[in-house]
Amino acid sequence: MASSASAEPILEVNGLVKHYPLTQGILFRKQVGAVKAVDGVDFTLHRGETLGIVGESGCGKSTVAKMLVNLEKPTAGEIRYKGEDVTGLSGKALRAVRRNIQMVFQDPYTSLNPRMTVGDIIGEPYEIHPEVAPKGDRRRKVQDLLDVVGLNPEYINRYPHQFSGGQRQRIGIARGLALRPEVIVADEPVSALDVSVQAQVINLLDRLQSEFDLSYLFIAHDLSIVRHISDRVGVMYLGRIVEIGRDAEIYDHPTHPYTQALLSAVPVPDPEAREHRERIILAGDVPSPTNIPSGCRFRTRCWKARERCELEVPVLAVPAEFRHAAGPAAHDSACHFAEEKQVVPPEETREEPPEEPPDDHTNGGV
Amino acid sequence: MPEPTPEHHLPGAGRTPEDGAIADTGMGGAMDLATAEGETLEKTPGGPQGTGPSEKARSLWSDAWRDLRRNPVFIISGLVILFLVFISLWPGSITWLSPLKCDLAKAQEGSQPGHPFGFDGQGCDVYTRVVYGARTSVTVGVLATLGVALLGSVLGGLAGFFGGAGDSILSRITDIFFAIPVVLGGLVLLSVVTSNTVWPVIGFMVLLGWPQISRIARGSVITVKQNDFVQAARALGATHSRLLLRHIAPNAVAPVIVVATIALGTFISLEATLSYLGVGLKPPTVSWGIDISAASPYIRNAPHALLWPSGALALTVLAFIMLGDAVRDALDPKLR
Repeated sequence: MASSASAEPILEVNGLVKHYPLTQGILFRKQVGAVKAVDGVDFTLHRGETLGIVGESGCGKSTVAKMLVNLEKPTAGEIRYKGEDVTGLSGKALRAVRRNIQMVFQDPYTSLNPRMTVGDIIGEPYEIHPEVAPKGDRRRKVQDLLDVVGLNPEYINRYPHQFSGGQRQRIGIARGLALRPEVIVADEPVSALDVSVQAQVINLLDRLQSEFDLSYLFIAHDLSIVRHISDRVGVMYLGRIVEIGRDAEIYDHPTHPYTQALLSAVPVPDPEAREHRERIILAGDVPSPTNIPSGCRFRTRCWKARERCELEVPVLAVPAEFRHAAGPAAHDSACHFAEEKQVVPPEETREEPPEEPPDDHTNGGV
Repeated sequence: MPEPTPEHHLPGAGRTPEDGAIADTGMGGAMDLATAEGETLEKTPGGPQGTGPSEKARSLWSDAWRDLRRNPVFIISGLVILFLVFISLWPGSITWLSPLKCDLAKAQEGSQPGHPFGFDGQGCDVYTRVVYGARTSVTVGVLATLGVALLGSVLGGLAGFFGGAGDSILSRITDIFFAIPVVLGGLVLLSVVTSNTVWPVIGFMVLLGWPQISRIARGSVITVKQNDFVQAARALGATHSRLLLRHIAPNAVAPVIVVATIALGTFISLEATLSYLGVGLKPPTVSWGIDISAASPYIRNAPHALLWPSGALALTVLAFIMLGDAVRDALDPKLR
């Protein structure tokens, strides 16, 4: 967590939309609707920064990640890498962008080809982008990468099944680093790992960030891990970001009711504090992404919902009530009735000084 | 088998697959972030360093070949197949009679000196006919299997990989072919062919056999292509051919190998069926299939005339199934 938000933007996402059409009929297909997986997402990732994206399953986090690495074509919107829109690129220009935006996958058990050696897996980026490393040099580079991610360089001829989950994820990270990208999109990189190994991988990512000057887009559903690694955090609900800000702003001064509800579900290690805190239980289920509620998409489950929420889509901006205050509550929140609410019990150690060694709340998350 | 590369498989000399995992769980068990920060501990300390760069790079295929060379199943089946190829090419080298020179007076007689397998219903020497029959039967079996496996896996694999309209059309075509009864199809299609070579028979088998492999390959490719490692390669910018050849094919080939090797036996006996019906190969040609069908009426009087060609057929099928099994296992690093 080495940077400040004042650095130049490396990735800007504007109005990103991904709709999957639902069709009917065998011969004459007609579209009967769409799964609105991502429905207008905006954010900016600065150089050297970690932006965490949290949200429950199915809110579109992974689809955003896939669009960033060009595995899915956006229905609308733009992704600007260093100011250039990369959504329409193809051929050489696309390859150049791909080299600079790499992905670390969620499940280390399926993201490594079981029939390739570790050397082939980590070396494959060089085969696809031969201009990065001359042929004779690749093997040494692969071994350097193994060393960088904390694996023995001699493991180069082994197969993925000979490694544990945490080690496999290190191999996945090494593959992501091979082309020396500037941005790494990590799609729940630790969710599939044992809690004890999660911390090691998170710390590795942290170390690599300062070593290679990386910017991370870190997607997770585990709030404590996201807080640990992120400089800024965006909260997604049903295909949109509902609240975004610096981690302390989001965690200690959430203004969007969904964020508040989410945070109230975070396990608290202190039994004393647990007794006194308020749990916000949301009514109902997440609405289907094929049929998103009008106005504010959270209104069907919100305890504050009024008529205005049904009619007007709230914009993601600093709410009017906080606009003139410079406090931590003054961050972007897409709610008509935003108000600050403390849901995480206050704790002195919560405010991390920048140089603090990693503390233990990454262990708490599940 | 003398082995020039002893460095990895000697028991005790190489690290076992588990020790890395033990190191990791050990670290995890500590639950201590401060030490976890020193991840390099996870590297086996004091392990022999520096062997890496000089050691040869290994790949799936080189590892598979190394594995096969020491697999007795592969060696035995390979030797049997080599022997079959040898007698197909030079049947005269281990026989001394002509397969077509028969003496009706000796019909159905049993084993005699100079005639180890006895005589069949026409008084032909069974041993000579079994040896000469190998050429036709092995050619039909192997070529039909290769043709079916290639055509089926290429079409099915591409359909599974690309999906879309091409896939739908191909799937309907396979449905149509599945609806054609093999024997009836053979009667209709082969009755118009006058040539007495193996090619029309092989062509017919490929034509009717590919949909089965195609379906299996398609399903297998669809399963494999959903894996994250395919997505990861795609995100790196891998071309379609790289995705198919490096990532999907090695992981999707196992079921195709199994079905194809089993189909090999089916093709050899299908050739016999077609010959029996008079639309396959015709008598001057010698094949196991022809002999098996010719001998089956006198199974009570002269079982040897049926058993020897059937035994040769069974041995051939077994050899190919064992070979397919060994290759499939060698291509799975988890079994090494």
